[in-house]
Amino acid sequence: MPDKVQIKVTVNGVEHHNEVEPRLLLVHYLRETLGLTGTHVGCDTSQCGACTVHLDGQAVKSCTMFAVQADGCNLTTIEGLGSAGNLHPVQEGFWEMHGLQCGFCTPGMIMAAVDLLNKNPQPSEAEIRHALEGNLCRCTGYHNIVRAVQYAADKMAGKIGAAADD
Amino acid sequence: MYTAEFTYKKAGSISEAISLLQQHPDAKLLAGGHSLIPTMKLRLASPPALIDISKVAELRGVRLEGDHLVIGAMTTYHELETSDLLKQHCPIIPQAVHLIGDPMVRAKGTIGGSLAHADPAADLPASMLALDAKIKVQGPGGARVIAADNFFTGMFSTAMQEGEILTEVHVPVRAGARMAYAKFPHPASRYAVVGVAVVADGGSVRAAVTGAGEHAMRLSKLEQALAGKPLTAENITAACQGLLPPDHLNHDLVASKEYRAHLVDVMARRALMQAAGL
Amino acid sequence: MADKLFGKAMKRVEDPRFITGTGNYTDDMTLPGMVHAAMVRSPYAHARIKKIDVSKARSYPGVLAVITGQEMKDAGINGIPTGWLHPGIKTPPHYAITFDKARHVGDIVAAVIAETRQIAEDAAELVEVDYEPLPAVALGSDALKPGAPAVHDDVPDNVCFTWSIGDKAAVDAAFASAHKTVKLNLRNNRLVPNAMEPRASLAQYLKASDEYTLWTTSQNPHIHRLLIAAFIMGIPEHKLRVIAPDVGGGFGSKIYQYPEEIIVLYAAKKLNRPVKWTARRSESFVTDSHGRDHETVAEMAVDQSGKITAVRVDTIANMGAYLTTFAPAVPTYLYGCLLAGTYTTPHIYCHVTAPFTHTTPVDAYRGAGRPEATYLLERLVDVMAHELGMDPVEFRRKNLIPPDAFPYQTPVALQYDSGNYEANLDKALELVNYKALRQQQEEWRKQGRYMGIGVITFIEACGLAPSALVGSLGAQAGQWESALVRVMPTGKVEVFTGTHSHGQGHETAFAQVVADELQIPVEDVVLVHGDTGRMPYGWGSYGSRSAPTGLSAIVLATRKIIDKAKKIAAHLLEASPDDIVHEDGKFMVKGVPDKAKTFFDIALMAHLAHNYPADLEPGLEATHFYDPKNFVFPFGTHIAVVEVDPDTGKVKLLRYLSVDDCGPVINPLIADGQVHGGVAQGLGQALLEEAVYDKEGQILSGNFLEYTLPRADDMVQIEHDHTVTPCPHNPLGIKGIGEAGTIASTAAVANAVMDALRPFGIVHLDMPYTPEKVWRAIQATKPLSQAAD
Ligand SMILES: Cc1cc2nc3c(=O)[nH]c(=O)nc-3n(C[C@H](O)[C@H](O)[C@H](O)COP(=O)(O)OP(=O)(O)OC[C@H]3O[C@@H](n4cnc5c(N)ncnc54)[C@H](O)[C@@H]3O)c2cc1C
Ligand code: FES
Ligand code: FES
Repeated sequence: MPDKVQIKVTVNGVEHHNEVEPRLLLVHYLRETLGLTGTHVGCDTSQCGACTVHLDGQAVKSCTMFAVQADGCNLTTIEGLGSAGNLHPVQEGFWEMHGLQCGFCTPGMIMAAVDLLNKNPQPSEAEIRHALEGNLCRCTGYHNIVRAVQYAADKMAGKIGAAADD
Repeated sequence: MYTAEFTYKKAGSISEAISLLQQHPDAKLLAGGHSLIPTMKLRLASPPALIDISKVAELRGVRLEGDHLVIGAMTTYHELETSDLLKQHCPIIPQAVHLIGDPMVRAKGTIGGSLAHADPAADLPASMLALDAKIKVQGPGGARVIAADNFFTGMFSTAMQEGEILTEVHVPVRAGARMAYAKFPHPASRYAVVGVAVVADGGSVRAAVTGAGEHAMRLSKLEQALAGKPLTAENITAACQGLLPPDHLNHDLVASKEYRAHLVDVMARRALMQAAGL
Repeated sequence: MADKLFGKAMKRVEDPRFITGTGNYTDDMTLPGMVHAAMVRSPYAHARIKKIDVSKARSYPGVLAVITGQEMKDAGINGIPTGWLHPGIKTPPHYAITFDKARHVGDIVAAVIAETRQIAEDAAELVEVDYEPLPAVALGSDALKPGAPAVHDDVPDNVCFTWSIGDKAAVDAAFASAHKTVKLNLRNNRLVPNAMEPRASLAQYLKASDEYTLWTTSQNPHIHRLLIAAFIMGIPEHKLRVIAPDVGGGFGSKIYQYPEEIIVLYAAKKLNRPVKWTARRSESFVTDSHGRDHETVAEMAVDQSGKITAVRVDTIANMGAYLTTFAPAVPTYLYGCLLAGTYTTPHIYCHVTAPFTHTTPVDAYRGAGRPEATYLLERLVDVMAHELGMDPVEFRRKNLIPPDAFPYQTPVALQYDSGNYEANLDKALELVNYKALRQQQEEWRKQGRYMGIGVITFIEACGLAPSALVGSLGAQAGQWESALVRVMPTGKVEVFTGTHSHGQGHETAFAQVVADELQIPVEDVVLVHGDTGRMPYGWGSYGSRSAPTGLSAIVLATRKIIDKAKKIAAHLLEASPDDIVHEDGKFMVKGVPDKAKTFFDIALMAHLAHNYPADLEPGLEATHFYDPKNFVFPFGTHIAVVEVDPDTGKVKLLRYLSVDDCGPVINPLIADGQVHGGVAQGLGQALLEEAVYDKEGQILSGNFLEYTLPRADDMVQIEHDHTVTPCPHNPLGIKGIGEAGTIASTAAVANAVMDALRPFGIVHLDMPYTPEKVWRAIQATKPLSQAAD
């Protein structure tokens, strides 16, 4: 069996040191080694985006990376984005606009949307739709996901006040 | 979802990568991993060792050197897409890259990985041909430069030899050249069913297509038809007819040979119209 | 008491856990000592299994067991039964692990259980199966040809069943005397459901009590428990608990009893360790029951005045290799009975032949039978309108069932209870500005741009449904629904339902209604679902039944609570129960508002029973089993506007508008969301999705690289409105909305594309309208005239 590799990663602000098999995918490291099951696996061909997390501030598909590649990196998962009572504007947008139904695509969709707004704070509808090309949702028809991202963009630009009840 | 087992080595420099390749002859280089890892997950490839070159600093970044741009092989799509140098001197690259996959793919995928992989449906090879780029590779015997025209030799195969690493891409700067890339994406995978890149410089046009055949190739018939002619709508439309005979083209669930051949004409026309600002 | 919550667009109470990544899906769970299963699946569509050698896999370090079909059969595990029978139907056995032959790509031939999932997958590659590949058949009509390879030895002609409905002689006579007839050969493309959460199952066996627990991705845990206990494994029903935790979408595909659930239960007992299996997406593609797959000849006849006189349909409905739980019901009662649509057609006949093929089983997928019926009917209507030179909307209007005709008896068994179709159509036409759209279409055509407008009206029968009726039609199940409403001493309320929410927002919408009924804050209500160990027996969620049946049961249970609460209040207030009124969140003596008790007072006293009526039981909870009197019949008008690029054949959606009538809307946020998602799925069928098989039974579009799911940039913002025609026979007048979008949108988009292609003289193409298909159709013609209509 090939040697295990020692890695150090910071996930949601917490530093972790682990010995991992080289073939361990980042998504399985997050879900199984660290117990962060908010990041999901929806496919085995790198198409669905359910596994999207932020690696050094950029959205990536954690199913298309080995954990060893994240050595020395800073990761943010859905669990580290915001918590109930202190939601990120994108999380708030998904709640306010009913941007989710079964919730399975949601963590990846939210992480991709945050990445979009980091790069382009006031996207047009077409830009939102293009930026979400790597995230599949079978429930919502994307209608309210688009509205959720628009809500978050407005909120981050200070155009919307505090949400009603959170 | 699990790949077979492998040994993982991280290279800190080009020379270290070359010697690691010598120590692990069946190893694969790991760049952005966005072609390699999906095939390993389906166990279509099970290399015994991976040599990670993605963090080699000397392989990253875009810079201007005299009359050409130098692009490090490990520069990611995202870096290409947002590079001011490229936007200014070679806008076709950011434009084509923006149509690759999705933002997460663009965060990891690299120009070097894409060219070395030589997927027949990859986007960037068409632009490399149209730009007359030079591809620099380095191996145990030293470095050499291969013209893009001679680089792609077949489906997933290139003029690189065992033990060589693609290190840089050199793109000539052509002030005033007009360029554009038009893509018909696969509806599911979003790779190129057909993508045509055109670079019009003075009276000459270089054009290349990806997705159509075993590898990206020049559209010489189109180039000849437009040589010395102004890029008017009439000239473009007249030139973009029957550019490739269907017989040797790819065919799959999405596009037969005949339909692909037709798409080459349509995408060529659209790229030219865009380049000409029509 | 605050305003009524019924009708309010309340944010969902389930969302906080999902948006913070703290949902609890089956694959998220880890139990102490848990081990992992990987399946060895047939790469062949049809092959004899000559020998299986598991020795290499068995001795791989970390492997605990390699299970074969023979072992499970010898252990007394039976095949998986179907839940719906027709006279003469053939039900060959469907073993969790096959041992004689593989009958579709993905059929399980062995299961490996190992300490980790990596090891299980590594070892699965070491199981050596000696296959003798046999000829296979994938298309329904091919399976019916003489000499076609038989899927099951005891069904040599591959005919699972035939079925018909309607008066054939009357229909034939109507066609013989028709003014005009049209005929279409239609292929309703096979779809892969693709809920985003792949299926997963986790089984635990407790030796001490001989009890099993199965966590699984299910829309209906009680049905699983019943099938596993009574038919497949012989586990006493009270020794098996089935839990469906958070489930990431179903769309029908998570109704059925699947082999992997049986395998993990068997292995959990064998090894005395919890066993988990999670599908890879490529496994989902070949094992989750598919949808649709019809080959149909459809005909319509009209008289001189343009009234439809008859519809005649002959369909081959592909069942796949085995019958899954509801498969026989889908192309029959959920299809043939819907062929009246919204029209007054007096004579209808439908004949269905259902063959086995060497493909993944086919069962209900969102809409189930009704999208197929709507598609064929609405295609016929458009083609006939064109034949008659009428605007398709005017032709529809002429044939709509008028509002005074309800209850309306169709010639295909169903009796529609209520409807107001023309008003609904008019609202949609006005919102979309139909006249202006047609003008714009004219102008665009002059410029060589091809816009298409598809207008359809539809009806669906959902809210399954009266048990006696479904029983008489072949269901091996009841279709009533249960509710238990439990008030705690502090006045907090637990509501247990037999339906299951996997995206539909029941935790919110049902709580809104309960809060209204009991006049308590909505935060005081919690909905419990998806656990056979906690709630009364129920039949689960599918067929848009949860609100009309499940919520009706809940409402009737809350009303029992209120009746009892009034008795307690009367005792405490020294009044007659008849004089107690329930207003403003209080129980008070009529006309004496200061003599009142709060819900909390009553709840507490019901539990203390210190000062309590002598003839009343303590406690405050009520159960209700609700068996609906009829289906419910939502309807609506959907309009799609598309543009076809004649250069590439690519179809672009420009606008989509729907006006749905699902009765009074409980939560518009949720109801509209159901429509949005349904429309995307229906559009997927029309433009993008198809499970393509080759002649050898290999699926060619078996992953997301080849099978196109609608993405964000395939869709537009959907314009949406309602009309409200209440259902006359349930307590809230509500109807289902879960499937409407899918039932309607395939037909609407299809008609729009065909409308766009009209100038080319194209009358019909089969879905999906992929770019090459459209381009080829255009190539084969020349525009008749740029301005033609
Ligand atoms: C969901 C998805 C969508 C995609 N869509 C598109 C698309 O629309 N268009 C498109 O063009 N591509 C697309 N791709 C592919 C993507 O562009 C890949 O990233 C790219 O083709 C390979 O680059 P990489 O850096 O990821 O290389 P890797 O996957 O790391 O490597 C690919 C191959 O090249 C070799 N290699 C890598 N670097 C070097 C080097 N410097 N020298 C020698 N050999 C090397 C590796 O050993 C390997 O064999 C998509 C991928 C995914 C997952
Ligand atoms: S799990 Fe589907 S893209 Fe990562
Ligand atoms: S909410 Fe279910 S897949 Fe997106």
